[in-house]
Amino acid sequence: MGRVRVQSEDFDPATELAGFGAEGDVGAIVTFSGIVRGTGGLSRMEIEHYPGMTQSAIEKIVAEAERRWALDDCLVIHRHGEMVPGERIMMVATASRHRQDAFAAAEFLMDYLKSRAPFWKKEFGPDGAAWVAAKDSDEAALTRWSASEG
Amino acid sequence: MIDVLYFAWVRERIGEPRERIETEARTVAELVEELRGRELRYQLAFEDLSALRCALDQELADFDAPLDGVREVAFFPPMTGG
Repeated sequence: MGRVRVQSEDFDPATELAGFGAEGDVGAIVTFSGIVRGTGGLSRMEIEHYPGMTQSAIEKIVAEAERRWALDDCLVIHRHGEMVPGERIMMVATASRHRQDAFAAAEFLMDYLKSRAPFWKKEFGPDGAAWVAAKDSDEAALTRWSASEG
Repeated sequence: MIDVLYFAWVRERIGEPRERIETEARTVAELVEELRGRELRYQLAFEDLSALRCALDQELADFDAPLDGVREVAFFPPMTGG
């Protein structure tokens, strides 16, 4: 039911959300967009991914979100390739009867996309290029979901 | 024969995104050990396994996972999506 798209092209959230959550008795839609920050003089970012795995890994995360919460609709779009500050990296949208489910599912999706979807960010700034390191807090964010089963 | 894929800084240290390897390794850890013995670039890439993750046939796996019937092994740093 949930839809997943992995692409290099930019996208327009308004277009993507047209008709989103139109089916079912939807009372709440939550959307999140991730944007490239220009912090520290960052000039561009490159996102590498694992083409054979990315789509299926995200689909599994979406399926798990749908198992845990009553979602009427779910959309994940994640870009790869080169981006400059201000550009959209990804978006998540969830639709549910109640806002609690829509918010929780969106947060769950974000936490898992961060450390379980095969993307790697490389930042280019005044001091050269550097791979973004995963943070301990990214893993910690996942344990809270295993602690509270749904 | 097994396809071995590398991503992010692992790919940069190895110097190529993928290669086909003839191996007798029974587990991922044995494969890593074998690769380390080959050349310095592998030693550098596999210096610290705690900084690495692996996937077998596009599924995340542990380093002690068996390679029986596996066609594709991927090595990469912890993911940074979102």
